[in-house]
Amino acid sequence: MMGAEFVSLSLPPMLIGTLAAIACALPGNFLLLRRQALIGDAISHVVLPGIVAAFLLTGAVATWPMMLGAGGAALVAVLLIEAVRRLGGIEPGAAMGVVFTSMFAAGVLLLELSDTSSVHLDVQHALYGNLESLIWLDGTGWAALSDPQALRALPPELPRMAAVLALVATLTAILWRPLKLSTFDEGFARTLGLPVRGIGLILVVMAAIAAVAAFDAVGSIIVIAMFICPPAAARLMTNRLERQIWWSVGFATLSALLGYVLAGYGPLWLGGRHAVSAAGMIATVSGVILGAAALFGPCRTRS
Amino acid sequence: MMLDARLTGDRPIVDAPAALADSPLAIRGLTVAYGGKPAVTSVDVTFRPGRMSAIIGPNGAGKSTLLKAALGIERPVSGTVTCWGKPLARQLARIAYVPQRASVDWDFPTRALDVVLMGLYRELGLLRRVRPAHRETAMACLSRVGMQDLADRQIGQLSGGQQQRVFLARALAQGADLYLLDEPFAGVDAATEKAIIGVLKSLKSEGRTVIAVHHDLSTVAEYFDRVFLMNTRAIAEGPVATAFTADTLHAAYDGRLASTLPGLSNGTPHAE
Repeated sequence: MMGAEFVSLSLPPMLIGTLAAIACALPGNFLLLRRQALIGDAISHVVLPGIVAAFLLTGAVATWPMMLGAGGAALVAVLLIEAVRRLGGIEPGAAMGVVFTSMFAAGVLLLELSDTSSVHLDVQHALYGNLESLIWLDGTGWAALSDPQALRALPPELPRMAAVLALVATLTAILWRPLKLSTFDEGFARTLGLPVRGIGLILVVMAAIAAVAAFDAVGSIIVIAMFICPPAAARLMTNRLERQIWWSVGFATLSALLGYVLAGYGPLWLGGRHAVSAAGMIATVSGVILGAAALFGPCRTRS
Repeated sequence: MMLDARLTGDRPIVDAPAALADSPLAIRGLTVAYGGKPAVTSVDVTFRPGRMSAIIGPNGAGKSTLLKAALGIERPVSGTVTCWGKPLARQLARIAYVPQRASVDWDFPTRALDVVLMGLYRELGLLRRVRPAHRETAMACLSRVGMQDLADRQIGQLSGGQQQRVFLARALAQGADLYLLDEPFAGVDAATEKAIIGVLKSLKSEGRTVIAVHHDLSTVAEYFDRVFLMNTRAIAEGPVATAFTADTLHAAYDGRLASTLPGLSNGTPHAE
């Protein structure tokens, strides 16, 4: 399992899965505490119409136009959610639910109406991603990790996801105090002169960047699960936000690694012949971790 | 009676206006609306420096809204707020705000000490590290409200009174000249009420200004120097002896409460 085959077939998807999981879990902590956890769900659904629109406009399955389309759709969704909430006087959760299901449905219709049969663009891909296909053919062994030539052939999702995680982590670190303050006590934060709305917007944009990049690499199931499950489980492990963040990073990593291994090798161990969806297994593991934390976590009691 | 004539009109009772440049909080023509309904209607009020003032009025009179709009938390329809003669935005560093306890989620994963450290945000900024000296300051503020032993407690595990004291400690850490408190005595135990009023009086003796939205009419005279009575509009502002009378209360509470107040008779100041 740890040989040359592992380096070329399993190592890249495991790394990409882990990076994506952490990038989503980090903003997820704050979204959860702000009762906005559904935002991750919403963003990961609305990227579908975004990438379909980008495909229709450019006529090609290229990464950057699609990510821009997804980002644009996420922005439209955030604005629509605000509009529905304010103009309709509807509570935020319902507003998010209405907007993202409508936009996702529109994306499905758009996909059906357009001729995308020739390219690899379908609902299933959007949901499950293509984690297993992110292989590294030049990774012929552990030695390849120090071979610049081979490293250049790594799946582009890996450096992209790493860059997004670095961005999200850096922003979280720099904006740590304003994020914490405005999440806990918005009124007080305003009296300190903090741009509370701007901070909220940065958080949502940060979540959108993580969601779009992760969606491209691993599909929306993982994105949805990682925004909510690791932070929610982490909250049950500690009563301090600093530690909650670290717990959530740990749980996200555990979900990605364990989920990938179980999906790829689990069925074989059980005598089956086919691996199961890594995305599905990673999300399932994160749910099981949350369940365990809910049953056994030390900080479950609420006042 | 002259007083009655003034009360029935739109003109609130005010004594000679304080100098604007001295006032830590001067509000002019402030109107705030929620969904088209005015919550605060063209309020003018000038608070005196170095005093303890109570903002009083019935439920839904717009007291908390006035405070929030004065601090820029709520956006007013119209009106201006000046602090020591300058726009609010330039004086925020001199102001500490203690929100209503119910306005935050006490399940938030943080300790009492961390909440008090939030009061040092101006000093710490984005990235400066919390040093032992900062922690000592925060601990001293917790001691001042009698909470030093509960510094490491998660805030959700504190009683309502203890939570209120943590909020006050955070405001103390700000080292402000003007303290604005929204119902600091709401739902707290007797020990907490005593601790809080002790701290507020010591702030006043240090020359700082304290303005609090207050609910309990029976303690107004004991706790405060001055009152501002309002019911959406300004009703009266002045020393307790002249602004906190049966007449002004009648005007503010629309006659709903006069009989429940001890020690008040028509036109007579509340006896201390």
